[in-house]
Formats: sequence, structure tokens, C-alpha cells
Amino acid sequence: MKKQFITLLIALMPMTVMAAGAKVHLEPFTANLEDKASLQNGMKLFVENCMGCHSAKYQRYERAADDLEMDKDFVLNNLVVGDSKIGDQMTIAMSPADAKAWFGAPPPDLSLETRLRGSAWVYTYLKSFYVDGARPWGVNNKVFPDVGMPNVLEGMQGIQACKDEHCSELELVKAGSMSPEEFDKAMYDLTNFMTYVGEPSKMVSGKMGAKVLIFLAILFVFAYLLKKEYWKDVKSGSWREKH
Amino acid sequence: MGNQNRSKAEKGLMRWVDDRLAVTQAYEDHLSKYYAPKNFNFWYFFGSLALLILVNQILTGIWLTMNYNPSAEGAFASIEYIMRDVDYGWLLRYLHSTGASAFFVVVYLHMFRGLMYGSYRNPRELLWLFGMAIYLVLMAEAFMGYLLPWGQMSYWGAQVIISLFGAIPVVGADLQQWIRGDYLISGITLNRFFALHVIALPIVLLALVVLHVLALHEVGSNNPDGIEIKKNKDAKGIPLDGIPFHPYYSVKDIVGVVVFLFIFCVVVFFFPEGGGYMLEAPNFEPANSLKTPDHIAPVWYFTPFYAMLRAVTYPLFGFDAKLWGVIVMGAGIAILFVLPWLDRSPVKSIRYKGMISKVMLAIFAVSFVVLGFCGSMAASDQPAWLAPVATTLYFVFFLAMPWYSKIDSTKPVPERVTG
Repeated sequence: MKKQFITLLIALMPMTVMAAGAKVHLEPFTANLEDKASLQNGMKLFVENCMGCHSAKYQRYERAADDLEMDKDFVLNNLVVGDSKIGDQMTIAMSPADAKAWFGAPPPDLSLETRLRGSAWVYTYLKSFYVDGARPWGVNNKVFPDVGMPNVLEGMQGIQACKDEHCSELELVKAGSMSPEEFDKAMYDLTNFMTYVGEPSKMVSGKMGAKVLIFLAILFVFAYLLKKEYWKDVKSGSWREKH
Repeated sequence: MGNQNRSKAEKGLMRWVDDRLAVTQAYEDHLSKYYAPKNFNFWYFFGSLALLILVNQILTGIWLTMNYNPSAEGAFASIEYIMRDVDYGWLLRYLHSTGASAFFVVVYLHMFRGLMYGSYRNPRELLWLFGMAIYLVLMAEAFMGYLLPWGQMSYWGAQVIISLFGAIPVVGADLQQWIRGDYLISGITLNRFFALHVIALPIVLLALVVLHVLALHEVGSNNPDGIEIKKNKDAKGIPLDGIPFHPYYSVKDIVGVVVFLFIFCVVVFFFPEGGGYMLEAPNFEPANSLKTPDHIAPVWYFTPFYAMLRAVTYPLFGFDAKLWGVIVMGAGIAILFVLPWLDRSPVKSIRYKGMISKVMLAIFAVSFVVLGFCGSMAASDQPAWLAPVATTLYFVFFLAMPWYSKIDSTKPVPERVTG
């Protein structure tokens, strides 16, 4: 039996290998979908700073209002962009053709960005802009070199520059409206919200999963006892008389 | 009319039915009087689990189809629609996507069980062939299903696989175009893959599963000792080491089902991406024919064969390395079909085979797993010799079998099954 389990473990090993690591150092990020205040602030930051150019076209405002426990009238009056209704998806007015002309590539839809690149990537990316006179918008990004996006967060963060010629570290050369701690928290909230948008079902799947597993654990006890009861006949050989 | 020797109900509705269709007889043949060896161990859960997953795939598949849009313009968005706007759509989708991987997990374990205990040997060759056909159709089914989300990896994974047909001399290019229905993978390809994935292949799969089970019940199950329980019967003609499948194995399989569902649900509810091996991150971006992902990796269950494909890097006899890679990969699967005729050992089960057979089986298992690793990693991230060596060992297990299985020592096989 022991041998068989080892064989099984070997057979299952390919599933346990972790995905290949990214080449840039990413700051660790753990989403917290229970922290509604963080998610609400993240949504506010997303609408105010990202939705000028980026959509989240698979996410509905109403779903976010429900999941994030926000008042729908408040969302409609303060967060819904343009003429959209509360049940609409979080789309933007900028046409992809214009966007391509202005930025070189149309800004991607961000609904699934955290699932595509990972939350840690998004979090680190948002904090990794630095001054680079060679780029059209005067900024570059350590996580996404030569990115076409300007640093729209500059007002909050201030301006960062490379510490040395290899740009191994960044330093703040001009303060923004937020302290570094406040900015980190804001980017955490924004990334937290984007993580939610990537997979809203995570709001319910964990709780449902726990219930299902408890049910199965209880079912196992009864299934095992049933098997044991029936197999008494096999062990004693008495089933033969019944057949 | 009908065979008068058939079992029939005494009276009532069941008798009326039995006079017209042999339901009671079929119930006895396949369940209550199908005698299976009483010494099944852990490895014998995976057949019934495969059946369970097949049912899961069909049911969740039907409901997914209700909301899926098989067009290049709408496929990706319809998946997100299912994930977000359809009630329990996320659950249906994860049950289906996790089910695909679970299917291969249990099928690989089921096949390995057959390898260990010689379940492919006389008189079960046809049973093995049906099983192999199921495996082949399952691979096609999974491959076509993976295109349907129309993500980057769907698109480029399909691109890689279809391009393999291009390696075939003379007809390759035309064949590729015929499969795609277009000059590149397009909505037309998506539509035909959808048709094959939801109608054609499931029908074939179901038919093969029925044949597999019928062939099994004709010859009876093998067991960990690899001996025939039908050789020793009691006065009533019931094998002395057999027990009725129902209720004894049905209640035992329920325990296996519950344990399986527990593990399955942990993945479905908490790790549906399977660490990026079951749902790959690039697939969260819509298919884009102008942008190739950095690293195209197949889903984990194809990685061993993908590694064989890449292992061949030298042209030979005027044909380029790609064609040889395709041939090696195809042979890697094809050789499993002829396994019943490669094994010349006087005993079936590994329990009574000698050290050579045991070592060869271990080498085979390790090389298959190593190939799985190789196939999931970029070619540049692994030693260049690894995949070719593992591929060679994989083939040695089969090609040398007629020889080593014959000369290997054996232990005496017991007359009756052991614990």
C-alpha cells in the first residue's frame, strides 16, 4: 500500500510544480476580499484614475455595488461613468482606434488583468513608474519596460527616479499629494479591487466550497460505514447463501 | 419471443417489460450477478471515477453550451458572461475545466493500473484496445475543448498542434488548411471544433465507453494477482473469488467517489486554475493572431507527448526534425495499442514478475513524469539531453518488452486470489 501511494505521488507530481517565476522582482500581494472599505476605495480610484482610458467591460456596476456593499444610488451618482445605467458594464467612450493613435497600442481592458498577469504584478507595476526623458510621456516602468502608458498616478505619488544607472532601485524626487505609505495603501486598494473584478465569483466560492467539503466529510462517514456493513458478508463469505 | 432462459421478474410491470426487453437480465449481467474479484485494491477505483467524470463533463457541458457563443467575436466574452452573469455559471465552468484535468488524472492512473497488473493480457486485448481508443478520443475532445474559450493559449496551442500536420510531406499544408477550414485559425475553425467537441466526439466517446464496459463484462475483471477467478467456481457456477459487483463494489465505489469529490471540490472551489497548469494565465487575454505568447505550453496532460515532439532535433533521411518529432510523438501513443502483444511474460501481475520487469515499469513511470515536466517548461529552461533520454527510456520499456518479459524470472502464481 505504501509503495502504491509513493507511485501515486510520483504520478501526480507534474501538478504540483509552480508556474515559472517572473523575471522582475514583484512585491508580494495578498488580496483581501473581506475588506469592503479597501475594495470600495479601490473602485473609486479605478473609476477616477483608470477609466479615462481603460474599461472593465465584463464587470457590471450593479454587481460591484452589491458585492462591495455600496448603496446603488451612491454608485450611480458618484461612480458610474457618463450616461451608463447601474446595470451596465464598466465601459468607456474612448474608441480603440483613437486610443491606438494616441498611445501606440489601445489601453487594454482591465477586467482580467490580475488573472492575466497576477495581482502582485499589477501592484508592483503601479508603483514602478520613473522619470525617463527618452520615452514619449517622460516616464518608463521597471515592471513593464517601455510601456505606452503615462504615469497618471503622479499627482498622488510624486515623481520617482532611478537611484543609479542600472535602475536597480527607485527614489522619490518630488513628493505628491500622498505620503509613500498613503500611496502604497491606495495602490493596495486599487489592486485589491482589480483582483475582485478579475473573478467576482471568489466572493462566494470560498464559503460555498467550505460547506460542500463539510457535507462531503460527513457523507464519507456514512459511505464508509455502509461499505463496512456490506463487506462483513464478504469477509465471512455469507453473501453466497443470500444469492 | 426472446430467449426463454433469460431471468425475468415474477409478475407485474417489470414482467411486462421483461417480456419485451431483457432489463432484469441486463441488470443481473452487469450489476447484481456480475462477479468481480474480491481482492480489488486502491487502483481499482479509477474506472468508476472516470465514468463519474464523464457524466460530470456531459452535464456541465450541456449547461455551458446554453450560454456559450461559438464565434470568434463572441466566444471570449461569453465565457466571462458565464463566469459573471449566469447563475452558478462560474461553478459550471470550473466543474467542466477541472473535470477535464481530473479525467486525465484518473485515466492515467487507470491505465497505469492496467500496466501493473497485466490487465491488457489475453483475454482482455480488445478491452485494452477500446480503452486506448477512449484515451485517443479523449485527447481530441480535450484539445478541441481548449480552443473554445478563445484565449491566447487556446489559439496558439491549437496553432502548434495543427501545424504538426504541416510536417507531413506532400499533403501537409493542404491538410492543415482542411482542418482549419481557413488560411489561419479563425471563427470557422472555432465553429467546427465546437461542433466536434459537443456532438461528434462525445457520441463516439459514449459508444466506446459502452463497448469498453461490455468487453469488460464479457471477459470479467482482472485483479492485482493477475489470475482468472473463473477457473475456480462453486456448485452454482459462481467464481469462488468473485463477489457481485452490486452491492459490494457499488458501496465500495461510493466511498471512492466521496473521497474523489472531496479532492475535486478543493480544486474547483479554491484552486480552479490549478497553479496555471489547468487554466493558463495567457488564456485570460482574448485570442490575437498577431501576438504570439512568450511561451506556448500545452495543458499538463499533453506535456509528456509534447516533450517527445520537441525531443527530436535532428533531420534524418532527408526529412526535417519536425516530421520525426511528429512521428515519435505519434509512435509514443500508438505503441500503447500493441502492448498486449509485446508482453511475453508467463504471468500477468507485477506481483509475480521478476526484478527486470519491476525496474522497467519504474523507469517507464519516471520517464513519463519527467517528460511531463519537460513538456511544461520552455525548451531553454531544461538540459537538452533530458527529454531525448526520457523519450528513449519510454520506448525502451515497450520495444524491449518482448525480450525482457520472456527472460525475466517469475514467482509462482497462487491458485486463488490473495488479500
